[in-house]
Amino acid sequence: MHPSASNRADASTSIPKDSTSVIDAAIARLGSLKGALLPILHDIHEQLGYVPPAAVARIAQGLNLSQAEVHGVISFYHDFRTSPPGRHVIKLCRAEACQAMGSKHLEAHLTAQLGIGMNDTTADGSVTVEPVYCLGNCALAPSLLIDGKVIGRVTKRRLDQLLDGCRNQGAGA
Amino acid sequence: MTTTIYVPRDSAALSVGADDVAALLAQHAKAQQLEVRIVRNGSHGMLWLEPLVEVATAQGRIAYGPVTPADLPALFAANFLQGGAHPLRLGKTKEIPYFAQQTRLTFARCGITDPLCTDDYVAHGGLAGLQKALLQKPAEIVAVLVQSGLRGRGGAGFPAGIKWRTVLGAPADQKYIACNADEGDSGTFSDRMLIEGDPYMLLEGMTIAGLAVGATEGYIYLRSEYPDARTVLSEAITRARAKGWLGNNVLGSGKQFEVFLRIGAGSYICGEETAMLESLEGKRGMVRPKPPLPAIAGLFGKPTVINNVMTLAAVPCILAQGGDHYASFGVGRSKGTLPFQLAGNIKHGGLVEVPLGITLRALLYDFGGGTITGRPIRAVQVGGPLGAYLPASKFDLPLDYEAFAAAGFMVGHGGIVVFDDSVDMQAMARYAMEFCAIESCGKCTPCRIGSTRGVEVIDKIARGHRREQNVQLLRDLCDTLANASLCAMGGLTPMPVLSALDYFPEDFTKN
Ligand SMILES: Cc1cc2nc3c(=O)[nH]c(=O)nc-3n(C[C@H](O)[C@H](O)[C@H](O)COP(=O)(O)O)c2cc1C
Ligand code: SF4
Ligand code: FES
Repeated sequence: MHPSASNRADASTSIPKDSTSVIDAAIARLGSLKGALLPILHDIHEQLGYVPPAAVARIAQGLNLSQAEVHGVISFYHDFRTSPPGRHVIKLCRAEACQAMGSKHLEAHLTAQLGIGMNDTTADGSVTVEPVYCLGNCALAPSLLIDGKVIGRVTKRRLDQLLDGCRNQGAGA
Repeated sequence: MTTTIYVPRDSAALSVGADDVAALLAQHAKAQQLEVRIVRNGSHGMLWLEPLVEVATAQGRIAYGPVTPADLPALFAANFLQGGAHPLRLGKTKEIPYFAQQTRLTFARCGITDPLCTDDYVAHGGLAGLQKALLQKPAEIVAVLVQSGLRGRGGAGFPAGIKWRTVLGAPADQKYIACNADEGDSGTFSDRMLIEGDPYMLLEGMTIAGLAVGATEGYIYLRSEYPDARTVLSEAITRARAKGWLGNNVLGSGKQFEVFLRIGAGSYICGEETAMLESLEGKRGMVRPKPPLPAIAGLFGKPTVINNVMTLAAVPCILAQGGDHYASFGVGRSKGTLPFQLAGNIKHGGLVEVPLGITLRALLYDFGGGTITGRPIRAVQVGGPLGAYLPASKFDLPLDYEAFAAAGFMVGHGGIVVFDDSVDMQAMARYAMEFCAIESCGKCTPCRIGSTRGVEVIDKIARGHRREQNVQLLRDLCDTLANASLCAMGGLTPMPVLSALDYFPEDFTKN
């Protein structure tokens, strides 16, 4: 599942996951892999929607790395959030093929509708919007990813429908 | 009698509702007590026709598309399960000109089979290359690859056989095959389509590479932006292991090869091969200086073959049909086929696998049908975000590595992004600099700082502030980037910027 795909699962359960046990379980299960740090971070991110600050020390200890190294990796990669996202995550493609099909107008519409900027979450916690640079759906541009699902040929109308779905807490798409 | 219906599971098809179509199709059929078997195939690559639904009839597979859930009642009424007439009927799939005019070597099976069905794979020629490779010595396999003339499809076009030979000759207790499935270039999706539509071919190609160089482990670095590809690929690896296609005893040969899947984390620079190695090792994706070559000291410090998905996926066909067969396609030193990808503002967007040497014009108009907006094509970016923007005067250039390089462009991964006359090339040049600033690994100053400076300078030009001086400054900045960057991220960002300046100067003189 895509990192943001888990948000749908999170939305349907009201019991917050115990992040410490998620972190420890990820280290226990994946720690022996070669190059284990990314798989562990992905696992935590998929389950919690972000990598909590508390994870840094635990992973560092588990993998015998310095905290600076773990922090350095988390901050290097665009995918890893360090605070919880909204219940739904929309990643709008900003790359060239989508620009050729008007993605800039879509981005303006999206942020105007929600009243937030990119990389931001609405005050009611329903939606987080983030940029993404190509989803490999460039022949059916413009494209976005909502809760891990790719949508192509996105129009303003389609975007509004998706946003309505998010606000009504229904399934993301 | 059960009718077989194909509804693609390719993510492009899913992005325009293929799952809904498949679900409703099943419901309708059930309600009408018609027996159907719905196969979720890969895509044939005619993406503007997705969801492209096919029905297996006595005459062959008949295509309908693009099908929406709302079309289904009428399709059933038109007896489409027997291939009945309907406005969406496209005829036999394999006779649709866009498809019929291609040379499908790498994408021979994609769209035709159920991607995860191992029986389908074998029934359609799968494993033939691996079986041949198992009868050959490593040096013989490498020789076939050299003879094929296959060049790296990830961007740089380095001869694959030569790279393999280096790794074969490097003594080590452990070697690796690293498959670059980061596919970061905008306008490209061939790696994704192959992984979603024919994943065993990639695994077979990697296994052959392992046999050729003496590597027993392969890693696939797949971008996180491809959730559907991830699902298919991890399932394919599981099934291939269960079948004995991977593991300790590949096809009963006693040879060993394992494949592990790793997911990227949204970083473009991690497609650069040494940054990818760092990322696979669990580190920040910082570019490594070369030497040492990854072929000598690559993943975990061991000799490593790094190849793009398209490179590795071409290998089974080359082994099965011979290096000379593959080399009989293409022009000059650009041998074989390249799966081009038509994207952006294009009427018939999709995947076009043809021999190298085709002109851009043929792709844009004969296959692509011009823009979807119906306006003239003004600029075409070839080869991803580091590729040049070509004006219409360059559309007759043949797409081969040498011809493109001689003209100052690059073929890259074969992505072709089309813009109509509403494009603002100054904005696209700005975007190229901005993208470099966002994605720079930060190791060298020209790339890290220069790209941000580039954005500022273009903004000044846009405001009309000391325009001539700032255009000159922009060119100087590009010079520095091109000459003083450690890798092609900084080194090639000038290509889109300067091509915009050179071929579309009028966009830099208006406010
Ligand atoms: C900034 C940058 C990004 C790259 N991205 C990719 C990529 O996404 N996929 C890929 O296969 N090669 C990419 N490459 C090229 C790789 O460095 C490398 O040449 C390639 O993986 C080698 O495989 P090949 O010889 O089969 O093409 C990139 C290079 C640079 C400089
Ligand atoms: S050119 Fe840019 S991306 Fe490449 S090594 Fe230098 S800073 Fe990193
Ligand atoms: S450029 Fe947007 S999906 Fe590729």
